[in-house]
Amino acid sequence: MMRRITLIVPLAIFVTFVIVAILGLQRPGERPVTSAMIGETIPDFDLPGANAANPGLAASDLKQGTVTLVNLFGSWCIPCRIEAPELARLADAGITIHAIAVRDTPENVAAFLEEYGDPFARIGMDAGGRMSIELGATGVPETFLVDGDGVVRAQWIGQIRPDQVDEIRAAVAAAG
Amino acid sequence: MKRLSIILLAMMMSAFAEAPLPDPAEERAAQALFQELRCLVCQGQSIAESDAELAADMRALVRERIAAGEAPLDVRNYLVRRYGDWVTFSPPARGTHLILWAAPLLLVLIGGIAALRMFRRPAS
Repeated sequence: MMRRITLIVPLAIFVTFVIVAILGLQRPGERPVTSAMIGETIPDFDLPGANAANPGLAASDLKQGTVTLVNLFGSWCIPCRIEAPELARLADAGITIHAIAVRDTPENVAAFLEEYGDPFARIGMDAGGRMSIELGATGVPETFLVDGDGVVRAQWIGQIRPDQVDEIRAAVAAAG
Repeated sequence: MKRLSIILLAMMMSAFAEAPLPDPAEERAAQALFQELRCLVCQGQSIAESDAELAADMRALVRERIAAGEAPLDVRNYLVRRYGDWVTFSPPARGTHLILWAAPLLLVLIGGIAALRMFRRPAS
């Protein structure tokens, strides 16, 4: 009996391993990488502004006691154009939205705002894309919810869909 | 003409960002770290071999921090704090990752015991 167990147990482990390996190989390799910064205080940063109406963004601007959304976008990014109406609706609802323009120039940002509207209070110019890494973002657009103490509370990866607007409004209200 | 000069400037800037560090030892340390950091937008590749902009930004950050005297492990931990363990190809030996490190030893041990028992017992 003992002998049978010493044979069966390793065999069972081996078979389990093979099954897990085969299932793992069949799973799609790509997966969205969520930020590990959720629940953490936003790192220190200070970005220059895009224009007179949208001054620069610093970490201290996100610690003023009000819940804010921080939208990573680029004038070169197509989904950022598509989500513009959703951002406008959130801004119309009284939510403060700051932006970080990733790998962009003030001229291109000005043209983008002209065409798709400007829901942003402040726009920090991040020419080197460094803030994407600081926030644990992998692309644009991404939107972060930062509470009044500067703690990152939530992240939305990719363009904001129309059906997500209510969810985001509720999240902002809950963080306040 | 203005557009062309902007493009040229951008090319010069990106070439500068990709320039190896002046200190060969630091550059070697940076290159070694590139190999074990995952490009998060082209996930099978390391940032050493990826052309993605995020990978270029991450290479620039690694070089900058190593040039500033930071240890490669600290630079890696900096990225792990922002992206989680998934960003590195060598998962740290803690939490559920312990299974990865312990499983081979455990399996060899179990197999060895099983084999010993089989060989010791004379065939009846």
